[in-house]
Amino acid sequence: MAASSSFLSTASLSNPKSTISFASSVSPAPIPSLRRVVFRSPSSRRRVMTIRSKIREIFMPALSSTMTEGKIVSWIKTEGEKLAKGESVVVVESDKADMDVETFYDGYLAAIVVGEGETAPVGAAIGLLAETEAEIEEAKNKAASKPSSSAVVPSPPPATSSPAPAIAQPSPAAAASDGPRKTVATPHAKKLAKQHKVDIGSVAGTGPFGRITASDVEAAAGLAPTVTPPPPPPPPAAAPAPTAKATTTSSPPLLPDASIVPFTAMQSAVSKNMIESLSVPTFRVGYPVNTDALDALYEKVKPKGVTMTALLAKAAGMALAQHPVVNASCKDGKSFSYNSNINVAVAVAINGGLITPVLQDANKLDLYLLSQKWKELVGKARSKQLQPHEYNSGTFTLSNLGMFGVDRFDAILPPGQGAIMAVGASKPTVVADKDGFFSVKNKMLVNVTADHRIVYGADLAAFLQTFAKIVENPDSLTL
Amino acid sequence: MQSAFSLSFSQSSLTLPNRPLCSPNAAPRNLRFCGLRREAFGFSPPKQLNSCRFQVKNRRIEVSAAAGGNGAPSNKSFDYDLVIIGAGVGGHGAALHAVEKGLKTAIIEGDVVGGTCVNRGCVPSKALLAVSGRMRELQNEHHMKSFGLQVSAAGYDRQGVADHASNLATKIRNNLTNSMKALGVDILTGFGSVLGPQKVKYGKDNVITAKDIIIATGSVPFVPKGIEVDGKTVITSDHALKLESVPDWIAIVGSGYIGLEFSDVYTALGSEVTFIEALDQLMPGFDPEISKLAQRVLINPRKIDYHTGVFASKITPAKDGRPVMIELIDAKTKEHKDTLEVDAALIATGRAPFTNGLGLENINVATQRGFIPVDERMRVIDGNGKLVPNLYCIGDANGKLMLAHAASAQGISVVEQVTGRDHVLNHLSIPAACFTHPEISMVGLTEPQAREKAEKEGFKVSIAKTSFKANTKALAENEGEGLAKMIYRPDNGEILGVHIFGLHAADLIHEASNAIALGTRIQDIKLAVHAHPTLSEVVDELFKAAKVESPASTTPQSVKAAV
Repeated sequence: MAASSSFLSTASLSNPKSTISFASSVSPAPIPSLRRVVFRSPSSRRRVMTIRSKIREIFMPALSSTMTEGKIVSWIKTEGEKLAKGESVVVVESDKADMDVETFYDGYLAAIVVGEGETAPVGAAIGLLAETEAEIEEAKNKAASKPSSSAVVPSPPPATSSPAPAIAQPSPAAAASDGPRKTVATPHAKKLAKQHKVDIGSVAGTGPFGRITASDVEAAAGLAPTVTPPPPPPPPAAAPAPTAKATTTSSPPLLPDASIVPFTAMQSAVSKNMIESLSVPTFRVGYPVNTDALDALYEKVKPKGVTMTALLAKAAGMALAQHPVVNASCKDGKSFSYNSNINVAVAVAINGGLITPVLQDANKLDLYLLSQKWKELVGKARSKQLQPHEYNSGTFTLSNLGMFGVDRFDAILPPGQGAIMAVGASKPTVVADKDGFFSVKNKMLVNVTADHRIVYGADLAAFLQTFAKIVENPDSLTL
Repeated sequence: MQSAFSLSFSQSSLTLPNRPLCSPNAAPRNLRFCGLRREAFGFSPPKQLNSCRFQVKNRRIEVSAAAGGNGAPSNKSFDYDLVIIGAGVGGHGAALHAVEKGLKTAIIEGDVVGGTCVNRGCVPSKALLAVSGRMRELQNEHHMKSFGLQVSAAGYDRQGVADHASNLATKIRNNLTNSMKALGVDILTGFGSVLGPQKVKYGKDNVITAKDIIIATGSVPFVPKGIEVDGKTVITSDHALKLESVPDWIAIVGSGYIGLEFSDVYTALGSEVTFIEALDQLMPGFDPEISKLAQRVLINPRKIDYHTGVFASKITPAKDGRPVMIELIDAKTKEHKDTLEVDAALIATGRAPFTNGLGLENINVATQRGFIPVDERMRVIDGNGKLVPNLYCIGDANGKLMLAHAASAQGISVVEQVTGRDHVLNHLSIPAACFTHPEISMVGLTEPQAREKAEKEGFKVSIAKTSFKANTKALAENEGEGLAKMIYRPDNGEILGVHIFGLHAADLIHEASNAIALGTRIQDIKLAVHAHPTLSEVVDELFKAAKVESPASTTPQSVKAAV
């Protein structure tokens, strides 16, 4: 908000005269141009008519997408020196490099607010620029009156190869010491705390000897712990997140003996997918299916190596062939993406993980091939040898907890798919037929979760009806 | 103390002012920096310049004589022409060159052949770094994705990694032993000491005589006072290379080559690292610009923090359910600053010469902080400042430049002298490398050193820089991070120093170090051709970016080419 209006875009360069810049500052480029000093008027921002902008603030530019603060390496110009447009004024050290920062105004460097070797957050005023010599004094007063406010932060430990031995190592741990218990935080924990703006002193340490570990900080910041995060932490978290996250920093401390086990790669993938799934509007439709015929068929084909998973996947595949919308997905929120293949992913639990090997063309392959394929996939999944296309090409997912006696459950729709089917146990159930005769039939409850942007209630009902028909007359499965 | 040791490299190079880069009788053709070459005679240049032909012929004859059993001592009154105490890389390099020169040579080793480099230094650490480089790459999802590669979680088996290191050390040690055996160098087992002039004792009571003696006993990890090494939680590089554990959090005392390389290994294997550096900056001894960039790449984004300007005054190993405790005091005021609690501490504060029990008192030599004083020709200087005849000291034991290949070069230089050819090694032409990911390498002076020298001697200094970002091969590898920097004299094109940080920097430095050793000027070398696309173009660009006032010389080579 304020950013786009107060930052001056490069486009307005051609209008060097003060006031115009603020009128044009609503122009496209939202990010201040790199390598340029960014200016803003110290006085009211939007009122075009305030011609008080002759003294401008020079503020810390964002030199990279991950930069949150910068250190002044050196001021190339001294106070009172005349500046010409395009001249380098100051050298700023970011997390990536040292860069000369140029001015795009003529004028005088009136006051240096943040001195050499000091650090300021991106956007903080680091100096004042006066348009005329006469205004230098005024600018100086201005600088003196605002005692560098938020700008001057003494160089924090990991940021730089600091020249001054005095500030060599006021490690946060030391500073906070002399309490009942000294705070000990690991190097990574300290870095994360800084990155996510978590006050390390408020974090409860659960690591060895009560030290604060990276996962403690992540928990405090409300983040899912990451497995072996790659050296350069991905930028997105840095900029927008902190404000939102800051409120959640004081999450309830862990119980004393709780242990923290970081996610494996597979677990973090699951976690990520599950969070992503929240952005899709889903709904559920359940359906009871009579499985007497299916059970009979299963008994017959079992010796030939056919599994129940293959039977269900085949049935689902055949039903999907008749209801392509359930096999579709919604990629952009604007259109249906109809998949040409019917690839049934089947959720499998493997020691502490969850993966969905995919039976491709489940509607076309015969039962025996499907069963064979399935065995192969499960073997690969156990030995972690699945190729990406073998677990991420699904167009529909099947999840079966029937073997545990679960009678019904509710599945979360995986991102990128239109529907997922949750299959419960097949149980002998007393049913009354239309003539009022009671009988006992094996019934299983099937519950499908679907993306309501593309699949509507009637679609799902029709699909389930077809599925039930196939299962109840399973001869077609063996064709 | 700590600072003194971590600085030893820069100091020694500072104390060697302005040696002639190339004197006619010091043809650097005979300088081989690699002490690990497997055979002495594999090297025969395809074409010799006319002036060298005679010598080459001569050498061949000697070779065949030598190959027939390490010859006989040229002077019958001695058992050997040359006895070397210590079979590390320095001694090995000297021995091979000595046989090549027709000297009857023996080498005495009290421990295992190969010394520090092969058994407890460069060699096993390269094995660990090879692993850490791969782990780092595989763990970097972003990096992999940019290649279009998908890799599921990378893991490692600690014992497997450790075995790789020890297997490599064994293999190289065998190669070294075999290369000496094949040439007929007598390998004598037992601790060696000097009994008197030209007389050496080894083992219990074996006494031999030799016309010349080289001391090459090397060094051991230096552990400052107050630090209790238990080999488990408080360790030196000797223990760390065995990789018996990978602690969650390890403090590394000293941020020189050794500390940096281990930080690379440990962080890749999942440890968090805290550096403790006595000086005000990490990576002292490197060119400031390089260390600044290196810090951005090797320290800041990794799970590493640091304390600078502090000594570890006391380190207690973990025991009785307590972690490793490290007391930090201010390096200047000696006031207590902080106490760290970590899982392990690696002491990488440099290396101390291993010169005890050498019998130096028998020849009136007093060590200085353990180092054996030598002159520029590695001749040992006694307590009265006089040269001890026929006694030389090379490698870490003399402390001039504590690098394996420097020891080897010094050994070769000594052999040149004792075989009648005066030779002074130009230490400023010896490259150094740190095998982090990416690597750091350097040769010659740093920018501040060069500027100081220029001021004293009144010449101008210029800097040329190139980036790996502009190099095709580096970009193909997605490794554009890096900088090459050359410090040179614009008036005559002399290369004063080259510093490289980037992919394979350790291999790239040799073009510069060879140019310095051979006295090649920029205006000449810039005309040489580099294959495209290769990383060597980074160095090529460096030469081409330099602005030299003198024109290219007309070398015999180019005349020939013109004809």
